[in-house]
Amino acid sequence: MKLNGAQILVQSLKNEGVDHIFGYPGGAVLHIYDALGAQDDIKHILVRHEQGATHAADGYARASGKPGVVLVTSGPGITNAVTGIATAHMDSIPMVVISGQVPSPLIGNDAFQEVDAVGITRSCVKHNFLIKDINQISLTIKKAFHIASTGRPGPVLIDIPKDITIAQIQEPNYIDTVDMRSYQPVVDAEPKQIIKAVELILSAKQPVIYAGGGCVIGNADQELREFTRQLGFPITQTLMGLGAYPAKGELFIGMLGMHGTYEANMTMHDSDCVIAVGARFDDRITANISKFCPTAKIIHIDIDPSSIGKNVAVNVPLVGEVKSVLKDLIQALKGKKTTDISAWWAQINEWRGVDSLAYQTKEGVIKPQTVIETLYEVTKGEAIVTSDVGQHQMWAAQYYHFNEPRRWINSGGLGTMGFGLPAAMGAKLAKPDRDVACVTGEGSIQMMLQELSTMLQYNTPVKIINLNNGYLGMVRQWQEFFYEKRYAMSYMEALPDFVKLAESYGHIGVKVEREEDLKPALIEAFKQKDRTVFLDIITDPNENVFPMIPSGAGHNEMLLAGRDEMASTNDEGLDQV
Amino acid sequence: MRHIISVLLENEAGALSRVSGLFSARGFNIESLTVAATNDETLSRMTIVSVGDDGIIEQIVKQLNKLIDVVKVTDLTSMEHIERELLLVKIDVNPDTQADIDRQIDKFSGKIIDVSEDTYLVEVVGQSKKINEFLGSLDALKILEVSRTGVTGVCQKREG
Ligand SMILES: Cc1cc2nc3c(=O)[nH]c(=O)nc-3n(C[C@H](O)[C@H](O)[C@H](O)COP(=O)(O)OP(=O)(O)OC[C@H]3O[C@@H](n4cnc5c(N)ncnc54)[C@H](O)[C@@H]3O)c2cc1C
Ligand SMILES: Cc1ncc(C[n+]2csc(CCOP(=O)(O)OP(=O)(O)O)c2C)c(N)n1
Ligand SMILES: [Mg+2]
Repeated sequence: MKLNGAQILVQSLKNEGVDHIFGYPGGAVLHIYDALGAQDDIKHILVRHEQGATHAADGYARASGKPGVVLVTSGPGITNAVTGIATAHMDSIPMVVISGQVPSPLIGNDAFQEVDAVGITRSCVKHNFLIKDINQISLTIKKAFHIASTGRPGPVLIDIPKDITIAQIQEPNYIDTVDMRSYQPVVDAEPKQIIKAVELILSAKQPVIYAGGGCVIGNADQELREFTRQLGFPITQTLMGLGAYPAKGELFIGMLGMHGTYEANMTMHDSDCVIAVGARFDDRITANISKFCPTAKIIHIDIDPSSIGKNVAVNVPLVGEVKSVLKDLIQALKGKKTTDISAWWAQINEWRGVDSLAYQTKEGVIKPQTVIETLYEVTKGEAIVTSDVGQHQMWAAQYYHFNEPRRWINSGGLGTMGFGLPAAMGAKLAKPDRDVACVTGEGSIQMMLQELSTMLQYNTPVKIINLNNGYLGMVRQWQEFFYEKRYAMSYMEALPDFVKLAESYGHIGVKVEREEDLKPALIEAFKQKDRTVFLDIITDPNENVFPMIPSGAGHNEMLLAGRDEMASTNDEGLDQV
Repeated sequence: MRHIISVLLENEAGALSRVSGLFSARGFNIESLTVAATNDETLSRMTIVSVGDDGIIEQIVKQLNKLIDVVKVTDLTSMEHIERELLLVKIDVNPDTQADIDRQIDKFSGKIIDVSEDTYLVEVVGQSKKINEFLGSLDALKILEVSRTGVTGVCQKREG
């Protein structure tokens, strides 16, 4: 049977087990749309903006572990998608993006809606392809999924000129697997490095496990739990790792880094042995690198050799899949005795006593932290929570205690405002039986509002928790601390009436202004199983995210709520009426 | 320190821009870069000369390896290797300077490959250092045009 390129493309996607595509049509991809329209194995979600498609596919991937798939047209279609591709790239999320391209003979002629998609995306994809031959379609799709989902995952772009989707050939024999000589991700760490790591672990007196997104990406939560419990070591997690080890676990000392807990950062600072598990020593973690872990030997498990030794010198590199490396370590440690670390735990418990996440409630205002705590209570900690970027993101991370992986979905590496809402839609499509909440701010939500319309069309009920502080709060916080309260352009006048806005999109809108209304409103919202509910919650406009490592400081130089809040606002305190 | 890094990569369109893009995006320095096909038509060989401390060179090698099209990366500097570069230089010559220039060409085993009324076109092959020295031995004002290929190299062992 003869098929055209578009039909071969769609069949190849089916062979990869694709069940959802997030996309937006245009001239260059009309043949592909024609082929998509003629089948119903793959459900196409028509977003309202291509950036929304990428974030939705990303949310789908993070919730399910399967690659998210995006289809956009040439020119503005692909340029609109770039932010979402970069977002997925920074957080190592598997994604396959198919972009239409102008017909091959026109490439390079400044043709209508032509951009160099491969060139534009080169630095924010794991790999990209321009298909030049119809016979390469099925192989390229196979390679793209292979590259996107193995090793350190990431987005892969396939740019396909229109003429190639139109041409016809005899239906090809689709291959099942692909082996690329130039791409062979490592799985197991070197045995001699495992031995070295074990020696270091056994002699550690002040150890800490620092686990990151790699444990979620690599589905290694069970191994991480077993490893941590076997050793009885304290464990801290990055923003991206939350949930891999349960927040309610005794050994968990909270998130680390800029807005991590006091105990996590102090533990890192004083540790003599840091075991980094699928984490990349990001600058939000290390703070001032010259003051980072001054006394620690470092063991680093990472699938990507370039993550190792990039920011911080490492004593024992373990290149491999977290899952397999942890299994090897667990095995090698069986029956071995670690050093007594009870004195270390006593010290950590003293730091815990500082209670760095405590906050003061105030009569008549809703504290954002209270909202997240109530959200946790109402959903019993079992919802998938997506977030946008800003203060609300940090509060969600700090106060919603994630006990399972793939429940916490946020843009950590790129910090993309606008991510939360489409990601929630994607997560709901991946996990239709699970409650999905999108914690957002009045600033971020306005970057991708249009997806409310998509959510109605495909009935993806999500609860939007808008922590409306009337400010680009994270920016305002920095201006308060570091710019002598010169609040340049961080206040948004003319906010929309979010209740009416939600209603006009066909959803339920509720404004919450009093603390006593908060819990009932949340309970009611989650009762509405089939509806998207927009809770516009008016929160304290002046609240700041604490604790905080200010820029240039080390882990042991955190600002704490109450004490340092006063110190930093002292001089102009009278202005705050 | 100066390193010569040899990269074997799939002979695909765009492979060169992936490498050069990597260097500019990560702020790595490139002193020279050459690329050409190999005896296997599906592979190209790229030779890059870069300067950096050990940490930077290690990152360069790792980042190159991470590129999907890259099959193999070798830091030639860490092993016995041969390095060569070709220089073509156009020199202003007159009866007063000719003898001296001839002597230099001889000293550096250069070849005069074209002669006009008042110019020489000279070819010199060797390590970059030798080419620098040859150019340095000429009167700067008499050098009309310089074209260098950049470094290429191989390791001396049978398996590199
Ligand atoms: C406003 C804001 C504030 C922030 N504040 C903080 C903060 O206080 N604390 C904090 O932690 N973060 C914070 N971040 C997030 C921060 O920017 C980084 O995104 C985050 O710290 C990176 O997490 P990670 O190290 O776990 O790496 P990830 O980006 O999750 O990378 C995962 C690592 O694991 C490796 N890997 C992937 N898969 C595997 C596998 N299968 N096997 C082995 N290795 C694997 C990868 O190669 C990579 O090195 C903040 C972000 C924003 C936007
Ligand atoms: C697309 C984009 N532009 C700008 C920023 C910089 N930025 C980070 S947080 C923030 C403010 C977010 O405001 P809001 O969504 O209201 O959240 P809040 O901090 O008030 O909770 C801004 C502007 C960003 N992260 N992303
Ligand atoms: Mg805000």
